[in-house]
Amino acid sequence: MKIVSLNDLQQIKKKAEALLSLREASDKEAQEQACGLASGTTHMQVLICGGTGCKASSSHLIAENFNKLLQKYEISDKIDVITTGCFGFCEKGPIVKIIPDNTFYTQVTPDDVEEIVSKHIISGNKVERLLYVDPKNGQHVSDSKHMDFYRKQMRIALRNCGTIDPENIEEYIARDGYMALADCLLHKKPMEVIDLIKKSGLRGRGGGGFPTGLKWEFAHKQESDIKYVVCNADEGDPGAFMDRSIMEGDPHSIVEAMTVCGYSIGAPKGLVYIRAEYPLAIQRLRIAIKQAREYGLLGERIFGTDFSFDIEIRYGAGAFVCGEETALIHSMEGKRGEPTLKPPFPAESGYLGKPTNVNNVETFANIPIILTKGPEWFASIGTEKSKGTKVFALAGKINNVGLIEVPMGTTLREVIYDIGGGIKNGKKFKAVQTGGPSGGCLTEKHLDTPIDFDNLLAAGSMMGSGGMIVMDEDDCMVSVARFYLDFTVEESCGKCTPCRIGNKRLLELLNKITEGKATEKDLETLSTLGKVIKDTALCGLGQTSPNPVLSTLDNFYEEYAEHVRDHKCRAKQCKALLTYSINPDLCIGCHLCFKHCPANAIAGDIRKPHSINPDLCIKCGMCMARCKFKAISVC
Amino acid sequence: MADNLPCNIIEQVQTICDKHGNNPGELINILHEAQHLMGYLPEEMQRVIARKLNIPVSKVYGVVTFYTFFTMTPKGKYPISVCMGTACYVRGSEKLLEEFKRLLGIEVGETTPDGKFSLDCLRCVGACGLAPVVMIGEKVYGRLQPIDVKKILDEFE
Repeated sequence: MKIVSLNDLQQIKKKAEALLSLREASDKEAQEQACGLASGTTHMQVLICGGTGCKASSSHLIAENFNKLLQKYEISDKIDVITTGCFGFCEKGPIVKIIPDNTFYTQVTPDDVEEIVSKHIISGNKVERLLYVDPKNGQHVSDSKHMDFYRKQMRIALRNCGTIDPENIEEYIARDGYMALADCLLHKKPMEVIDLIKKSGLRGRGGGGFPTGLKWEFAHKQESDIKYVVCNADEGDPGAFMDRSIMEGDPHSIVEAMTVCGYSIGAPKGLVYIRAEYPLAIQRLRIAIKQAREYGLLGERIFGTDFSFDIEIRYGAGAFVCGEETALIHSMEGKRGEPTLKPPFPAESGYLGKPTNVNNVETFANIPIILTKGPEWFASIGTEKSKGTKVFALAGKINNVGLIEVPMGTTLREVIYDIGGGIKNGKKFKAVQTGGPSGGCLTEKHLDTPIDFDNLLAAGSMMGSGGMIVMDEDDCMVSVARFYLDFTVEESCGKCTPCRIGNKRLLELLNKITEGKATEKDLETLSTLGKVIKDTALCGLGQTSPNPVLSTLDNFYEEYAEHVRDHKCRAKQCKALLTYSINPDLCIGCHLCFKHCPANAIAGDIRKPHSINPDLCIKCGMCMARCKFKAISVC
Repeated sequence: MADNLPCNIIEQVQTICDKHGNNPGELINILHEAQHLMGYLPEEMQRVIARKLNIPVSKVYGVVTFYTFFTMTPKGKYPISVCMGTACYVRGSEKLLEEFKRLLGIEVGETTPDGKFSLDCLRCVGACGLAPVVMIGEKVYGRLQPIDVKKILDEFE
């Protein structure tokens, strides 16, 4: 049906609330006892994570099996099977949640479904082996609220992910969806909306941290026959996937926020620039746009006002530099995604030369809730200069890989140890890389720094889009810096010299170091050249690309020096500096390494200790992986 | 001319251009659809597009070579993509890649002579919980060790 008034929207909300009341009520009061049809429960829901990570582990087959079995037992009318967006706890995926008792099953396989249906849904007994085990005390935890991973989180941008069916607009409406839009269009002037956003203190979540309200105001003040709203969904930072999760789990929040933005700055048209590598997010967004059109929430005369707005999708084609807004705009125009000098800012001259406001996905996801709950509420969360929450993609050598959202001002220690569950395999924490290829590595001494835009910058890193890669003692910091440089060299568009040539020289120096061919002088050059690139590159990519090198040089100088001076890599990552050898006392001559050595570098007779010829050894480590007697070591 | 495209492909490319109003601003969308036809964008196809949009073929070539998503070489029957995102990197994807290269005898960006496998790197599929990750076709393989590579390749024998 077409929504033409606030009343229409409220009616749909009322109707749809029934869908969600079960989920929301059970979220408040979880039950120790499982519910089951046998004990008189009349209506249950099965929520299955349909995010990319869980889908890769066959979560769609889990949903299929549920539907099949519920039909077989003739109980499908009592149980809804709902595919939601990402729950965030990717380490333990695929996740299945049973409502109303709020049981959180982890690492479910399609074969487990039979047991869940017969044991839990029908008989009312939890399947204990699929419950999360608290690593601290070995106890089963069945409600996600009581897991450390969720306890310290505060989900604002991710508020609907894992709760609603992203392909059903009514579930979004039931959670106050499109209320902010209705209120803005019907009761507020554009400048009033902008003032609310300014008051909330929201800063851009894409990396720069520019105040969002101010950005909107610039675009609002421009006089033009047409303006554009652009959503930057070209999430290029490898290892960050929050934007994808929001689009997969709560696409309507983006549609609503872009429409609010369009109203505020006076733009009739929105464009989402999204990575072609995100097929599921594209599909969900398309469905959301189509539904919003059907309900009259996009299109002509929204809510019966004079305001019309529509959204189109544009595809990226895999270029990191397109996260930079001027490059993104050129790419949307069908050109090479090369950045241009600012000013003019996109707010003055952007897409097709018209005033354009570009915001990132996570920024947009915050808008509707700021407007419904009020800017004071939002501004009460976070630190003095960074308000609200931030989503981080926690990955690397950490126990709980996943997507988390915490209030600004949370410390790295809380994120890594409390939420992340500490370092994998009991290893020692070494560094955490924030801000992706543009950020830096932070160390032990930064663990108690409250995370916000300004503190991270002061510590030599940056917020970036929110990637957070944890590294342990086995990671070589020189190799990590080289890895990021390798990325920027490949992704540099080549337009300005400092970035195109400077970064290449930096990479060559890093290669020299990892090969043990560098001198102390090279370390000096590395630092000076890095600073020159920072000062002289044209766009954000080049200006930040030396950060991984400079921050590791600052924090791990001794490790660089060891590579140069002693030709040693303490993390045993730099191949050229390693020597594999066989301990004759442990080798029993089983011949297994001999068989698997791809370079024929191992010699020895059966039942006699073997040896490795260092001239032939290609240091692939295959022998060490195969040896059952721990006789092979590397130094 | 380097390639000779089948007539029906040329017609399909032209239809795609028409659908987008032969608008040069739609070039990237057109290239996405065109690449879908054969899995890559041969030179001749780029010429067809340039003619339809009335822009120099150098412009089209410039865009094709700028973006990593577009390719001018045919992919293998089973395209292998090793994730080189940071999360996968710190969990050992470089060693996985080495093993793929060694077993297939090709470098990144190449296709095996029998056209069966092609090898590429990609940046983050967003399944970081399963790191390191490799995609073969549409299928995602997670938590891999170099030792698993041979077994996986054997699946496609």
